[in-house]
Amino acid sequence: MSDTLERVRKIVIEHLDADPAKVTEKASFIDDLGADSLDNVELVMAFEEEFDIEIPDDAAEHIQTVGDAVKFIGERLGA
Amino acid sequence: MFDLTGKTALVTGATGGLGGAIARGFHAQGAHVVLTGTRAAALAALADALGGERVSQVVCDLADSVAVDGLVAAAEAAAGGPLDILVANAGVTRDGLLLRMKDDDWSTVMKVNLESYFRLSRAALRGMMKRRSGRIIGVTSVVGVTGNPGQTNYAASKAGMIGFSKALAQEVASRNITVNCVAPGFIESPMTDVLNEAQKAQILSTIPQGRLGSGGDIAAACVYLASDEGGYVTGQTLHVNGGMAMI
Ligand SMILES: NC(=O)c1ccc[n+]([C@@H]2O[C@H](COP(=O)([O-])OP(=O)(O)OC[C@H]3O[C@@H](n4cnc5c(N)ncnc54)[C@H](OP(=O)(O)O)[C@@H]3O)[C@@H](O)[C@H]2O)c1
Repeated sequence: MSDTLERVRKIVIEHLDADPAKVTEKASFIDDLGADSLDNVELVMAFEEEFDIEIPDDAAEHIQTVGDAVKFIGERLGA
Repeated sequence: MFDLTGKTALVTGATGGLGGAIARGFHAQGAHVVLTGTRAAALAALADALGGERVSQVVCDLADSVAVDGLVAAAEAAAGGPLDILVANAGVTRDGLLLRMKDDDWSTVMKVNLESYFRLSRAALRGMMKRRSGRIIGVTSVVGVTGNPGQTNYAASKAGMIGFSKALAQEVASRNITVNCVAPGFIESPMTDVLNEAQKAQILSTIPQGRLGSGGDIAAACVYLASDEGGYVTGQTLHVNGGMAMI
């Protein structure tokens, strides 16, 4: 799980050019990290690539924070 | 102005009249051009004519969805770098009055003209989004705006390209990616060369400038839209038609 968190954080920091200190589990891509809806789509695509999983659109809609992403990916990889 | 040095452009339909002219135009402005079409020998001949430098070739059948989905990656591999400019120029006609139109005439035109534009744009966008820059240009037709009897399928596909470009232009405007169409009118081509004098006179009577356009006229419009100088233009259709339709 913590490995997933680190990988997710790395993608988010790189993609959004975000201050690493702000990229906590609770951080919302849009509200806290300055993402727009296109960034969200790009982040989801980057997660799909990094973890070699597929994130369906209805699930992607619910991935709003770093923690949401880590949880979803964890469930997918654990399943 | 209009310098494309250091840019890589994929031009579909490069084996055709307009595509060849567009490829030459981009090459002359310094771009690396990736030529694509279904005829390998014709691609090789054009690459030779361009001097073999800053030019690559990829054979691809745009009616084959799987091949189309792989074309951008293949072009980038061939060019050895990311794609900055996509020119979706390839197109086909299967003319006939609607009453007699076969399903296949409809679906082939839609697939080659419109669906490949969607697939290529989607593939090209991934890298453009990351790099925060890109140019997508669709070669449509005056007929996509005015209509033309005997071309319901073709006109629908070309109008579809225009609508697609406007919607996509809005989606990606914030990423410094522009999406535009160039709409040729009547352009000199092997097709127009075989017309007789009466047919030519009839066509010319509909064109205020009284002459057919050239491939160079279309290439120049594409170069402009692809250039840094054209960067504030997006979601537009640039009509290049000697005044035959003022829209
Ligand atoms: N010429 C005009 O007056 C005029 C006017 C308005 C709009 N346009 C548009 O301008 C564009 C270029 O026209 P053009 O006059 O240059 O036509 P063209 O000489 O007939 O060239 C058509 C090009 O499309 C390619 N193509 C066709 N089917 C393909 C397929 N299944 N897969 C891959 N490539 C395919 C051909 O490649 P291969 O031969 O290698 O298969 C060829 O390079 C078209 O979109 C056309 O609709 C032309």
